[in-house]
Amino acid sequence: MAQPLLRAVDICKSFSGVQALKHVSLEIQPGEIHCLAGENGCGKSTLIKVISGVYQQDSGYIEFAGKRFGKITPRDAIASGIQVIYQDFSIFPNLTVMENLAFNTELADGHKFVNRKRMRKIAEEAIAKINFDVELDRLVGTLSVAEKQMVAISRALMFNARLIIMDEPTTALTRKEVQALFKIIMHLKEQGIAILFVSHKLNEVFEISERFTIFRSGELVVTGNTSDLDDRKFTYYMTGREFEDKLFTPQNLSKEPVLEARGLGLTGFFDDVSFALRKGEILGVTGLLDSGRTELALSLFGIRPADRGALYKDGKEVRLKSPQDAIDARIGFVPEDRLSEGLFLPRSIADNVVISEIDRLANGAGVLDRAKRRAEIDRWVKELAIATPDPGNACLTLSGGNQQRIVLAKWLACNPDVLVLNGPTVGVDIGSKHDIHAILQRLANEGMAIIIISDDLPEVLENCSRLLVLKAGRVVKELLPAETSEQEVLSYML
Amino acid sequence: MGIGAKFGAIYRRDRHISRLILMMIVWAAFMAITRFDKFYTLINFQTMASQFPEFGLMSLGIMVCMITGGIDLSTVGVANLVSICMATLMKGMANEESEIAAYVIPLCFLIAILMGALAGAFNGLLVSKVRIPPILATLGTSELFTGIGIVITDGKAVSKLPRMYSSAINSKIFGLIPTQLVFFAAMALVTWFLLMRTTYGTKIYMIGTSSKAAVFSGIRTDLLLVKTYMLSGICSALGGMVMLANYNSARADYGTVYTLQCVLIVVLGGVNPNGGSGRISGVVLAICLLQMLQTGINRFPQISSYYISLIWGAVLILVMVLNYFTEHNIRLFKARRS
Repeated sequence: MAQPLLRAVDICKSFSGVQALKHVSLEIQPGEIHCLAGENGCGKSTLIKVISGVYQQDSGYIEFAGKRFGKITPRDAIASGIQVIYQDFSIFPNLTVMENLAFNTELADGHKFVNRKRMRKIAEEAIAKINFDVELDRLVGTLSVAEKQMVAISRALMFNARLIIMDEPTTALTRKEVQALFKIIMHLKEQGIAILFVSHKLNEVFEISERFTIFRSGELVVTGNTSDLDDRKFTYYMTGREFEDKLFTPQNLSKEPVLEARGLGLTGFFDDVSFALRKGEILGVTGLLDSGRTELALSLFGIRPADRGALYKDGKEVRLKSPQDAIDARIGFVPEDRLSEGLFLPRSIADNVVISEIDRLANGAGVLDRAKRRAEIDRWVKELAIATPDPGNACLTLSGGNQQRIVLAKWLACNPDVLVLNGPTVGVDIGSKHDIHAILQRLANEGMAIIIISDDLPEVLENCSRLLVLKAGRVVKELLPAETSEQEVLSYML
Repeated sequence: MGIGAKFGAIYRRDRHISRLILMMIVWAAFMAITRFDKFYTLINFQTMASQFPEFGLMSLGIMVCMITGGIDLSTVGVANLVSICMATLMKGMANEESEIAAYVIPLCFLIAILMGALAGAFNGLLVSKVRIPPILATLGTSELFTGIGIVITDGKAVSKLPRMYSSAINSKIFGLIPTQLVFFAAMALVTWFLLMRTTYGTKIYMIGTSSKAAVFSGIRTDLLLVKTYMLSGICSALGGMVMLANYNSARADYGTVYTLQCVLIVVLGGVNPNGGSGRISGVVLAICLLQMLQTGINRFPQISSYYISLIWGAVLILVMVLNYFTEHNIRLFKARRS
């Protein structure tokens, strides 16, 4: 075997007593696509920062291209050809593409005056390397996430990169954009550039990488060839738990639909969406990012009221003009972005749990019944097993999975007939994801009607009793998850 | 646990408030050492208690707005407009000897409260429905209300009020407690109750934390904002009525320094200008501290009253720097390990 490009040996790193990395080692060959996976807080990001010189390891050493570094500095890392593309890309949104690309070279060359011609030349060369087509004079802030990423990649390549580290590069990309990114990664590989791809998405690990390494709570669990990996093993390595995947089968279906949409539409986003949802059923809605699925979700909760068609709740027509209308119609909604839409992060867990049902915890004059409030909080913290010593603590202190349970608790406390969830497990680690799925299935069996809107195909296939596929704002197909496959669903989505 | 550790625990429970109390004690001790006989008199405390309710009431209004993440800069404008209108009304209702019937005073208060609520509702609508940033909306209405006041009065003071009003408000209950203080205490109590014991209070803290999450939680944010600015308007109107009694006249440009002073008091009292946090006890303490500083400095004839702003500014900066250290967990003094 050839000499490895990167060897990180026996790295330890701790932060104020907490050991983030415990004797981990990592080896990457030239031109290899290596995937680093693990749950949030497992130490992946810490390792990246040690390799790129942002953090200094406590013990262990790094060897890059045969050269041994005791402590690598950011300058050493860049000079030897290590480039990191962070999730936020570290680019300047208020400058143009050209300025962003030429900036570092200009600084490095010590030019004091701006020469637009020279800058343009540098920028053109940079984007030509990955065949990226973009107007150089556009402000980076106006680009899409995928385009910003391309700018960041182009910039990374300008420094004769030999190893590019990408920190969860696919999080905000649509499926098509992910495919385009993978093509570029393959192209880079052909040029002998090694890629360290950080992800916790199983399908991406399978699709792109040759070898993988999985971390769990700061320790290396396993490293090996991707071809030896399967679904079950991957989950086990990530969480240390075994899960039984069982398909959801509805048990207590009501005769009459509880929620029915007839020809629902919102100009410019979706049109002619019809479905009938019965109690005890979990309806899945899937589609690409621009398919209108998010807008449909928002319409069902009155945030972006539908302008065509009709919605019937228990056979009576309801017009949802605001979230209050939806709540009055006993519809609950778990939004897509937990951090900004679902939770009041700095407020207490208690306040977050009761906020939507708060009017029912008060007398007619709006004076809170504190005993009732306390009882509600205790009930939901217990029922959803929210791991906290004190519900007075801020939501900020909790992990993603626990935060999502709070959002769920908030709506369950309102006792809704219909619960709409938009991306219920985005950014939640695998263990909590299974727990949340189990909760949803239990709720359905207890008679709640649930709509899961998600582009996580394994999620909808496993948990839904029926699946609607949206494409360009229209329902193109209704499928039964038990009788279909991811490939079939995908073929309707694309 | 030693006494020191106990105090330490109490101090850490709410550093904002502990720090304000500490500063008050330091200042009170300083006054006790230097000017004991002039500062520690019943009359002096009664005077202080009759002066601070003017800006104290306005500060309460700004506080509730700031908790929602907004601000109300129109308080002084509302206060002056209300006091001008009520002064004119009282003069109109007086007989030739400039006397008014007893019922006129409660009537005027009622109308003042309605006017304040109306002005506040206007602010609230601009902020919630038209979505003008609160700082701009209320700065605009501040000019508007002041302007109306100037037009009504031609820029002159409305004076020669019926004597009964001023003497009623300046009287002391049981010969001890200034009536102005009662207005302030009542309003502070109402505000405390609204914030801590009602759903309204919980909701406005939530809106201040994240208005987006509030919408997604089904909170009627527009309605709550209108209510909040109405509450602020009512506080301002009462402040205006107290000013009217203290000065025995009304004018469109009285108390213009109060606007920014009140904003600073509220911040000093520990209300986060970005919304979502702050307690009424902190704001009340900050109000009292300011009044004690002002009165205290006045007890030194050799120090010109021009120094008040300077000292006040220095105190504010000091507190905010200390808050910065607290928030970022920077220890000025390393705790010794025992």
